[in-house]
Amino acid sequence: MPEIITQDGTIKQDDWVLVSRPEEGESLQLPEKQPALIPMDIWLADPHAIVHKPGLGIWLESHDEPERLEGMVNDLPLIAVNFPKFSDGRGYSIGRLLRERLGYRNELRAVGDVLLDQLQFMKRCGFDSYALRPDKDINKAARCLNFFSQSYQAATDTDIPLFRRRAG
Amino acid sequence: MYVYDEHDRQILAERVAQFRDQTNRALAGELEEDEFLPLRLQNGLYVQRLAPMLRICVPYGMLRSDQIRRLARITRDYDKGYAHFTTRQNVQLNWPAIEDVPDILEELSEVEMHANQTSGNCIRNTTTDQFAGVQDDEIADPRPYCEIIHQWSTYHPEFAFLPRKFKVAVNASERTDRAAIQVHDIGLQMVRNDKGELGFRVHVGGGLGRTPMVGPVIREFLPEPDLLTYLEAILRVYNRYGRRDNKYKARIKILVKALTPEGFAEKVEKEWEHTRNSPTRLTREAIERMQGYFTAPDYQALDNATDLLAQQRFEHRAFDQWLSHNVTTHKKPGYAIVTLTVKETGTPPDDVSDRQLEQIADLADEYSFGEARVTHHQNVVLADVRQDRLFELWQALQPIGFATPNLDTLTDVICCPGGDYCALANAKSIPVAESIQRRFDDLDYLYDLGRIDLNISGCMNACGHHHVGHIGVLGVDKKGEEFYQISLGGSSQHDASIGKILGPSFARDDMPEVVAKLIGVYVEKRTEEEEFLDTYRRIGIQPFKEKVYA
Repeated sequence: MPEIITQDGTIKQDDWVLVSRPEEGESLQLPEKQPALIPMDIWLADPHAIVHKPGLGIWLESHDEPERLEGMVNDLPLIAVNFPKFSDGRGYSIGRLLRERLGYRNELRAVGDVLLDQLQFMKRCGFDSYALRPDKDINKAARCLNFFSQSYQAATDTDIPLFRRRAG
Repeated sequence: MYVYDEHDRQILAERVAQFRDQTNRALAGELEEDEFLPLRLQNGLYVQRLAPMLRICVPYGMLRSDQIRRLARITRDYDKGYAHFTTRQNVQLNWPAIEDVPDILEELSEVEMHANQTSGNCIRNTTTDQFAGVQDDEIADPRPYCEIIHQWSTYHPEFAFLPRKFKVAVNASERTDRAAIQVHDIGLQMVRNDKGELGFRVHVGGGLGRTPMVGPVIREFLPEPDLLTYLEAILRVYNRYGRRDNKYKARIKILVKALTPEGFAEKVEKEWEHTRNSPTRLTREAIERMQGYFTAPDYQALDNATDLLAQQRFEHRAFDQWLSHNVTTHKKPGYAIVTLTVKETGTPPDDVSDRQLEQIADLADEYSFGEARVTHHQNVVLADVRQDRLFELWQALQPIGFATPNLDTLTDVICCPGGDYCALANAKSIPVAESIQRRFDDLDYLYDLGRIDLNISGCMNACGHHHVGHIGVLGVDKKGEEFYQISLGGSSQHDASIGKILGPSFARDDMPEVVAKLIGVYVEKRTEEEEFLDTYRRIGIQPFKEKVYA
């Protein structure tokens, strides 16, 4: 079972399966016994058509527009955002939009090229679970999630920027 | 000047510890080279042709004397005893060892300095006018806003992996633009509206590099408290929609052009509607608190030393020239702004030795309340010098080589480190600058020529800002040989423009003569009141072409 890091740095086992986009002419293949994450646009095409007993969530590519999920986000128990390359920073904006604009309250997971040194940025942008790339040392995640004890700006984790805390 | 509080100190200490950990993991092979790359870049560390290069941040160019002394010590202990001033008001070391960098950063942090975000695809050091706070044509002192932007952009979690680097500049002067804001990703011009309220005119998408562009205005008046929410909206639109498939098309200027300035503005305004009233909106208290760090130093009530200076000028011709060229009017009677030109012929332009750094620190303590400033033109400014001590200061400057009265003349060259140091460069730039300085060594002739910005870059990346030089020089590679392409008519002032390419490029040895011919055309065609740029704009490029390629 894959290991997932949570926001406080602990490691949990979970069996969500990320289902990739079907090739042309093929249909979506859902796992039988495990909960599944499917591409956002497939789910959006007809959110009620796909019923999956073990559970159903979605995943977004970094160029996907989270605004398309307006009003529906909390129907989903888990949303994942793919970082195709760690240097592709679009996922950070997607995380903040899902949380701060669309009011998403359930689990938000970073998947793809997820490395240690970006974890704290992800946490600040609303991600609360992380599928670390398997070759990275999962035991170092807790430290990397907490390099900084405070920050200058507001983000998802705090809406009070330092200039307002200084005033208090 | 801004002073750290316990929050800043803690965050910076954590940053240094983080980079030490990252460096250790990189040296132990736990981080791949391409994974370590953006981490080290965001801590100022490049790996160059001959050695690593560390770019140290000097927020909007302001330095205290204790910081300058620490820089001197670091160049001595970790480098070869000299540093380079950059066009973005920062300082570069050219020879540090990678494993020493965490120690260097720790030493810097002890004097409230760092190398944060001086490189990499993130928000870089915010720059401004080197005369901020001491000239009388300012809408308001821009430095508090620069520091507000600096803090907001530091380790911003959403914008650490932008499509490309991102540079913000602020200008507060109504008359002139010494910060070159129109060739920045975001240029903020301070303005007042009809009601007398303070705000910013927002330019987006200016820049140099391969596709030079003057930044269009996307908002005529942004109210002061909305500064950060609006910047955040611009950055979010850029982060989401800027091109990531081709690094040469990844700057925000390409996105602004693709969407049109109106289309881009519309997207920003729409995004901003959601966040403009968020807690990131600045409070009056926060602005005033920041302004409190940039109050006037302990000036004395003085009169202008007009008679004394007139007498000294009469007696010492060289002092007279220096006063005319390197000294600028101060808003406070009895004080003056002095620019030390770090461009003595025979030394690489913009380089200073550890000893010279210490001398600058001593001069700052003795003459200018312990502060100095690095300029966009790679010189150093002492902003608060008593007029009755100018002569004494000038005498002190002579033996150390900072009194060359060539400010804003042809030999006050803007120049990148070029092929002597930089892995990206196609060609050397320092020897070209030096050969031109040698060709034009007659000061009277230089003064007669008036203001000429000569800007030299060793490659397309345009660190020497060649596009906005009245005369721009770009190093190009032709089958492994170094050649130089010339452009004319660029400007980074309020009337910003991008220079036009003259024609085929030249060998390095021909450069002084080519520049001499260009100057010859100007001297022949100018009217009495015209400067080089005026003449060029009147007569066009053709006469210059004809002369040079005859």
